[in-house]
Amino acid sequence: MTVKNIPDTRITLFGNTMDNPVIPASGTFGFGYGFTEWFDISILGSIALKGTTLEARYGNPLPRIAECPAGMINAIGLQNPGAVAVRDVELKKLAAVYPKKVIANVGGHSFREYTEASRILSGAEEVFAIELNVSCPNVKGGGMAFGLDPAVLEELTAAVKEVSEKPVVVKLSPNVTDITVLAKAAERGGADGLSLINTLVGMRIDLNSARPIISVKRGGYSGPGVFPVAINAVYNTREAVNLPIIGMGGIMNAENVIEMMYAGADAVMVGTLNLIDPLGSKKIIEDLPGVMERLGIDKLTDIVGRAHR
Amino acid sequence: MKSEILKITENRALTKDIYKMSLFGAEKPLPGNFLELTVPGCFLNRPFGVAGYSDGTTEIYYRVLGEGTKKMTEMPVGTEVHALTGLGNSFDVTGVTKPLIVSGGLGFAPLKYLAECFEERGISPVFVAGFKSSADVVRFGGVFERLPVAVATDDGSSGYHGNVVDYVKEHAVEYDRYYACGPMPMLKGMAAAFKGGQLSLEARMGCGFGACMGCSIQTVSGPKRVCKEGPVFYSEEVIFGDR
Repeated sequence: MTVKNIPDTRITLFGNTMDNPVIPASGTFGFGYGFTEWFDISILGSIALKGTTLEARYGNPLPRIAECPAGMINAIGLQNPGAVAVRDVELKKLAAVYPKKVIANVGGHSFREYTEASRILSGAEEVFAIELNVSCPNVKGGGMAFGLDPAVLEELTAAVKEVSEKPVVVKLSPNVTDITVLAKAAERGGADGLSLINTLVGMRIDLNSARPIISVKRGGYSGPGVFPVAINAVYNTREAVNLPIIGMGGIMNAENVIEMMYAGADAVMVGTLNLIDPLGSKKIIEDLPGVMERLGIDKLTDIVGRAHR
Repeated sequence: MKSEILKITENRALTKDIYKMSLFGAEKPLPGNFLELTVPGCFLNRPFGVAGYSDGTTEIYYRVLGEGTKKMTEMPVGTEVHALTGLGNSFDVTGVTKPLIVSGGLGFAPLKYLAECFEERGISPVFVAGFKSSADVVRFGGVFERLPVAVATDDGSSGYHGNVVDYVKEHAVEYDRYYACGPMPMLKGMAAAFKGGQLSLEARMGCGFGACMGCSIQTVSGPKRVCKEGPVFYSEEVIFGDR
């Protein structure tokens, strides 16, 4: 008698073994606990927390959202209650309903803001990695600016590495000529991993008022429309560096997860889908074993970078 | 909050660009709740305040403003649509015996359901509905068949000549709590003129259930999400911006 193997969806990231590679992306899942109203979030591989800065921020004026044919533009502007409140309040609320380790996402306007917030959040026992948001297009005089210049990015990564108690993942911007240049800079700075892609800078204009819909004019475009851009960026980055990669950008289903891992991702983040279907990440996790079986995949870790042949 | 499939049982034009839609299958919402409809061919779901509910049927009103609402007009009766229901908070009606309800334009929608919930409990609210002109009043007349409503029009072509804020001032309406929904300038006017009210706000939303922070407003106790901590806010807590 042959026993049919259940496909193995487990992956390991920085020594943290996860039941599956699915991580709701920063900014699309709040601080996680809100989603318990929709489903049992303990099935998630991990969770990336809402982008956090040293001090509390309200963010940009409304409107912050514009719809697109295959996605949306957002310009939230890093609304968050500040690093200490996230560590002492939000993380505790999450820990009460989610037993696994999470990824804290850190944004800032200066080296000091990045290092201080990283130090505070990396000290939390619930956090197993810090994701550096150096690619947020929605914060004036900061955010993305740190992610576009290789020398600055290398220096910032090194500065955060110095203070962080946990592995540091650098979230890369696609708004560059060659993303691998920035990937290598982060690697030189001592990054433990990379996550990509952040949103693409975009704009929509209202037909009646003839003004940009978003209050700050432009924002970050995300959703299924960016998926091919993300696949290409992950594929290229896989060839350029030897760091673990968390792939994201427009993942809408379990098939997209497989494709992202073929391109070279060790884990994936699911973002915009969470905003149009609160059960989206759950469905992907439930569908993953079936899709693996159909494609003859026994072990998910076997397929990372399979497209590079 | 629930993700479910509803069936369209009515979808008809009241005017050239205002439609009424009835959807069967959701649980009874609280007055003030809204739902999000998934419109095939559109990326984001569309939020609509619940304007009525009976025997499993939820009633909404929508103005044809863009692609999404245009597509909605083309959905025939019998169509099954995906919806997120029971979203947002609700009006606080605890201990209220003399409610005053004030609407501007299509803002009557969530207030109509609130008024019906009061009537169910044997409480008759004073309902002041503001419109641009008598043409609008004729169009919406049938909507209020179960409710006695005082009408105010901007051009004076029907009912009181003026806006709803002035109506309430002039008639010195007594209330123990007021409830308002309508354009931002009207809500700002109500909040400035009268204390002890609740405002139902509208906002361009991303998700509709608190995940994206796309609709956060400033309040005296910090930022709050229209879709999650709202859409109903106390008149004293909202900080009105310029936009």
